[in-house]
Amino acid sequence: MTTTEHKPHTSPEIGGLGHSRRRVEDARFIEGRGNYVDDITLPGMLHMAIHRSPLAHARIISIDTSAAEAVDGVVAVVTGELLAGYNLAWMPTLSGDTQAVLATDKVRFQGQEIAAVIATDRYVAQDAARLVEVEYEDLEPIVNPQRALEEDAVLIRDDKEDQTSNLCFEWESGDKTATDEAFAKADKIVSLETHYPRSHPAPLETCGIVADVDSATGQATLYMTSQAPHAHRTVFALVAGLAEQNIRIVSPDLGGGFGNKVPVYPGYVVATAASLVIGQPVKWVETRTENLISTGFARDYYMKGELAVTNDGKILGLKVDMLADEGAFYADAQPSKFRAGLFHIVTGSYDYPAAYVTTRGAYTNKAPGGVAYRCSFRVTEASYLIERLVQNAAYELGLDPAEFRSSNFIQADQFPYHSPTGFVYDSGDYETAMRKAMDMVGYADIQAEKEQARKEGRLVGIGMASFTEVVGAGHGEDYDIIGLKMFDSAELRVHPTGKAILKLGVKSQGQGHETTFAQIVAEELGIPAGDVKVVEGDTDNTPYGLGTYASRSTPVAGAATAVISRKLREKAKKIAAHLLEASEEDLEWETGKFFVAGDPESSVSIQDIAFAAYTNPPPDLEAGLEGVHYYDPPNMTYPFGTYIVVVDVDPESGQWKVRRMIAVDDCGVKINPMIVEGQIQGGLTEGFAMSSMQHITFDETGNCLGSNFMDYLVPTAWETPRFELGETVTPSPHHPIGAKGVGESATVGSPAAYVNAVVDALQHMGVTNIEMPMSADRVWHAMQENSGG
Amino acid sequence: MYPSKFDYLAPETLEEALAVLAERGDEVKILAGGQSLIPMMKLRFAEPATLLDINRIPGLDAIDIQNGHVRVQALARHADVVRSAVIKEENDLMAGAAPWIADPIVRNLGTVCGSLAHHDPEGDWASVMLALDAEVVAVSKEGVTHFHPGADGTQHTGGTRVISIQDFLVDMFTTSLYPTELLTEVRVPRYERGGGNYQKLERKVGDYATVGVATHIELGDDDRITKAGIALTSVYAHNLKVTDAETALVGQAPSDELFAEAGRIASAACDPASDTRGSAEYKRHIVGLFTERSLAESLKIAQGGQS
Ligand SMILES: Cc1cc2nc3c(=O)[nH]c(=O)nc-3n(C[C@H](O)[C@H](O)[C@H](O)COP(=O)(O)OP(=O)(O)OC[C@H]3O[C@@H](n4cnc5c(N)ncnc54)[C@H](O)[C@@H]3O)c2cc1C
Repeated sequence: MTTTEHKPHTSPEIGGLGHSRRRVEDARFIEGRGNYVDDITLPGMLHMAIHRSPLAHARIISIDTSAAEAVDGVVAVVTGELLAGYNLAWMPTLSGDTQAVLATDKVRFQGQEIAAVIATDRYVAQDAARLVEVEYEDLEPIVNPQRALEEDAVLIRDDKEDQTSNLCFEWESGDKTATDEAFAKADKIVSLETHYPRSHPAPLETCGIVADVDSATGQATLYMTSQAPHAHRTVFALVAGLAEQNIRIVSPDLGGGFGNKVPVYPGYVVATAASLVIGQPVKWVETRTENLISTGFARDYYMKGELAVTNDGKILGLKVDMLADEGAFYADAQPSKFRAGLFHIVTGSYDYPAAYVTTRGAYTNKAPGGVAYRCSFRVTEASYLIERLVQNAAYELGLDPAEFRSSNFIQADQFPYHSPTGFVYDSGDYETAMRKAMDMVGYADIQAEKEQARKEGRLVGIGMASFTEVVGAGHGEDYDIIGLKMFDSAELRVHPTGKAILKLGVKSQGQGHETTFAQIVAEELGIPAGDVKVVEGDTDNTPYGLGTYASRSTPVAGAATAVISRKLREKAKKIAAHLLEASEEDLEWETGKFFVAGDPESSVSIQDIAFAAYTNPPPDLEAGLEGVHYYDPPNMTYPFGTYIVVVDVDPESGQWKVRRMIAVDDCGVKINPMIVEGQIQGGLTEGFAMSSMQHITFDETGNCLGSNFMDYLVPTAWETPRFELGETVTPSPHHPIGAKGVGESATVGSPAAYVNAVVDALQHMGVTNIEMPMSADRVWHAMQENSGG
Repeated sequence: MYPSKFDYLAPETLEEALAVLAERGDEVKILAGGQSLIPMMKLRFAEPATLLDINRIPGLDAIDIQNGHVRVQALARHADVVRSAVIKEENDLMAGAAPWIADPIVRNLGTVCGSLAHHDPEGDWASVMLALDAEVVAVSKEGVTHFHPGADGTQHTGGTRVISIQDFLVDMFTTSLYPTELLTEVRVPRYERGGGNYQKLERKVGDYATVGVATHIELGDDDRITKAGIALTSVYAHNLKVTDAETALVGQAPSDELFAEAGRIASAACDPASDTRGSAEYKRHIVGLFTERSLAESLKIAQGGQS
């Protein structure tokens, strides 16, 4: 597959694919007229606040709610004991584990939910929540997975009948025998042990709900910060035993999600139960600290990778062994077949026959989560490991890391490529993307400058990552979330005046769906994008879908949109034939109209066809121009690219600064280049955050040390480097419009590039690894430890 | 994050404010920029019964020259210092430090005096003022007895007190201010031939210092150092004036070796803690390195180089 230029086929007025159409949602956001969960106020609405555990691991001896109940304005105090009466003290997680809604037996992480106060006022609820008194008996807090798996470690999940250790899961992928054989043939084995630190998606809007259960009708309307409203409705039906037709989940404007709004949180369940019992709406919105200490974290994988190579620079095989810190409840949100998500894409952009991946997950006394923070199910960890390993292998072989990559790349003519862990890469051209990035940065010049700089007492480093991502889960045979197949859907209704409404099962959190999905309809039907309204996030008014995460909206819902548009075009053709009194076979399509072949004057526009669909349909055809399509993707899509970072490191202080950051991305056909660029800029910033400043740590007693924005750092425009973007375009061969998805590429691909650059600056001292986040302290220590020898 | 209940008062004259303080004493917290107090209240580390907002009191926001001193009044914001022509002209250390405080949004509200009154050991201004041998001015209602809650039972009958910065900054989050007193200004002596510089290691803009170093030197006609100020941020239980290093510089001709020696003394004097910002060993190293670098910058300015 060769790289193609993609020029728009439609006029700017139509605004189909390839137009950098302005984001239609921005007008309301910029004017402060967005409608978030916390903006919703219902008559008689009560407020909920949660009392949380200050301890990481302790047995609950008693819970005394009397002081809280005595506060003026408090309506009820809910405990786990009370919920147990409704069989709601525990709930299922999206990984098939169980999670305490309100703790009854033990607390298992700092910040765990113990009791909820419902009051007439938000402040009263907060004041009273502090008055809940819990008596504890301390247990050993287990704050790392290594300790968790030791023989004498206390059992965290003593609530689970068959659980005899803190092992949460074991999982493997690839072929052990073939990999052992490959390793036996190797000249060298290059290994790297590293920890991908725990981070948190930290959306600006925290999680929350307004639960409105009508006790008379049983109708539950839940306004929720949900990236997956339909899946959440089903979970609610299963957890709360509510009839699914009576549950309506509305996910209004979301202030970011990044994976954090995929899981179901105890607060949602308690607020809903409280509304059901009290008969009044209940609002619960987390504080920043609550969001950071109790909701879905990401990463926290201890990884050991080994690459078998030959002296002439060929990779023969890869072995990876990992230990995952899952926290107190296994609450990852990933396809049920894949316990470590799609980590097995770890073989990366390279062609070799054998790989073997083993993973163990351990329970610890930390918050549950394991969500894919802007990452398609653990692909971030995988991409980081292989790209770090490849650079180290090049150093050990005395080869240039770019040339080493080049001689191992999967070649453009090898697609579809079957990877040793079972993926079928759809398309790619890695060499072209890498050379383009190298040209942009002036690769040879920087390599030459490095030598000169060292002589002058300066340190310059250049690092790259040539990543391959796997997104768009996924075909139903392999991919499901708690049994729900990972299709997605689009319902398109073209109204009599030729305007349309498109309803989707996915849910934008800032990605600009209202803009881009209208462009797909514009491309396929010739209806101006401005005439297409996009509706999402209301389960009563949109077709079922699995939601937005894992860069799946464009690969799956985008495909559904294209397919339903094409189906309506087929129907439109029948109506056109009727109107033009021609036979269907004689009609040709040109954006927005059908015309009689050889007689372009005899044409009818899509708008006229739409009108006729309701006023003058052919006698043998149903009226209307509407339809719904459920798209089951035949394969995943595989965006890729090369990122190159140049850094200057202060040899005395260890401070480092990004001088250049080049990002060449290939996400297939672009729907809206401006939005794609925005996604990449944002992702590169998050990659920079993880590599330089962001992690959630715990002290030895399990206190979370990243519980606010003074401790959990989010970069701003001030320290974020300037990014220089480039592109290649290699369409996905199986996607209806050739698009691959791009929401996460930059978060996935960029951390390794930053780390590779800093390691490169120090490589001549013998430094082979610096852990993320690369604080000045860590960089300085790496120099200290290596300069002496 | 929800503060607990409090009364809110916003007097429009200094007299009224002092009267409230005299009456309600240590149940009152003065609200200046709110950039330390409000976060503390939201985290419920502070739960004052009354907030006394001084922002409506006129005539308290000057940055000017008075009696041989540069004066920064209670309502002068960090951002005012950044923009002030007087500071730019008069004091290199203050001019150099101001842009390092927090981020632009915090700087628009937070005040220099509030920072000193708060005395967070991670605050930058206290180090700046220690290096500059500043004084603060405190006022309280006259003619009534004011008690200090400290163990020594000290008291006075109100009026204006001028306090040296070293006597003012007692310990972390503790000053010698009486609960009934209001800080009206901080002032630093003017100088002829001098220069100052602030070095700060931070993880991102808006972060408190991992390490901060303030230096100030003045030169005599013979080019020898006549006065030196060195103080450190975030590496001790409180902002630390390194008197030994200052003494080592005074009377000497400036040189790289001399500054390196000052760096060694500073590095030995500090007592940083290991935390998520960095190890104690690293911070100690940075104190030495930044002291040396900062003194070199201060010298350059004093010698008439760029400022
Ligand atoms: C995100 C963020 C980042 C920050 N980063 C930095 C940084 O990098 N460096 C740094 O030095 N600081 C930093 N700060 C703190 C900031 O500088 C504060 O503005 C300053 O510490 C307090 O000044 P204020 O006017 O806001 O005081 P307030 O918050 O209003 O008050 C602080 C305390 O001082 C008392 N007080 C205030 N004024 C007076 C007065 N006139 N008389 C008597 N008592 C008074 C108050 O009662 C209170 O106890 C940061 C703050 C934030 C929110």
